[in-house]
Amino acid sequence: MEGKNMAGQVITVTSGKGGVGKTTVTANIGVALAMLGKRVVCLDADIGLRNLDVVMGLENRIVYDVVDVVEGRCKLRQALIKDKRFPELCLLPAAQTRDKSAVRPEDLIRVCDQLRLDHDFVLIDSAAGIEEGFRTAMAPADQVLIVTNPEVSAVRDADRVIGLLEAAEKQPAKLVVNRLKPDVVSRGDMLDTSDVLEILAVELIGIIPEDESVLISTNRGRPVAMDVKSQAGLAFRNVARRLLGEDVPFQTLRGQSNIFQRFFRMIHSDGRQG
Amino acid sequence: MSGLFDLFRGRREPSSREVAKQRLQLVLVHDRANVSPGLLETLKDEIVAVISQHLEIDRANVQVTFTQSRTESKLVADIPLLDGRRRRAGAKT
Repeated sequence: MEGKNMAGQVITVTSGKGGVGKTTVTANIGVALAMLGKRVVCLDADIGLRNLDVVMGLENRIVYDVVDVVEGRCKLRQALIKDKRFPELCLLPAAQTRDKSAVRPEDLIRVCDQLRLDHDFVLIDSAAGIEEGFRTAMAPADQVLIVTNPEVSAVRDADRVIGLLEAAEKQPAKLVVNRLKPDVVSRGDMLDTSDVLEILAVELIGIIPEDESVLISTNRGRPVAMDVKSQAGLAFRNVARRLLGEDVPFQTLRGQSNIFQRFFRMIHSDGRQG
Repeated sequence: MSGLFDLFRGRREPSSREVAKQRLQLVLVHDRANVSPGLLETLKDEIVAVISQHLEIDRANVQVTFTQSRTESKLVADIPLLDGRRRRAGAKT
């Protein structure tokens, strides 16, 4: 992208499979970037299944949505909801009562080009699947983050999305492994990050451990990245720093294990996490 | 803990993690190349038919697999002959 110092970057978060945590990842990376002082818009491109608003805790303040912007019922500025906790963070919500066809790829490109002018990052929460909604969310992306779970169906679908992005000649996507359970990995009953990376052959940008605090913070509409005590929160803040080009080592998170398991792991895995 | 026992016993049942990884690798090879397991079966049957015209082969243990790396895709046929012992040409049996 030209003029990187002036114009913001558009990052689309997608997954193929639904339910792997795209919205949670988008909201938390957005919050984490805002905590680092960046000007961020989180854009919900999942038209008809609006959710980024509740995860961010901004659902009560919606007046206009992205479809209103595209169809000219309001100015872009009017549809942006400022997060009062972070003056540099805002949300552009999806329409709840329309379908995917209400926003075309060229519409989203136009909206993003406008948002780039006065924001450092535009994070797009994509619809699940590989159809229309996915294609629209991909159109303006400078960079794509793929969210997966260490689980066969999610990894398979992530591979499909990686293939589609390669075909579209997008920059290589980066991977967020979400909901990793270190103790289940160490007893041999969950794919480890190293397995997923070997299979998908993409660059890793984050490992988010399964953490009850994600559920609790979502219940409260207060993204977990704001929680300094949460492991998942730390993992999200690390993703944000990596997006800014910092070389942040992956945390080593361990499940509960005894000395024999630790010994066994020592010979068997590289145990990279966080 | 059981892992340590298995280490000494030499063999062990693969963990579900290992099974998941192997299954994924296999299914993705097919997904990526658009080569279905059904097509491989057809290929296998036809290869067996052609080779059996000339050699006696162990049909039950024929394996036709598709492998893929970043740089190349390969069709690998493993076709054991029925009499697996080594024979010198011309030796009487």
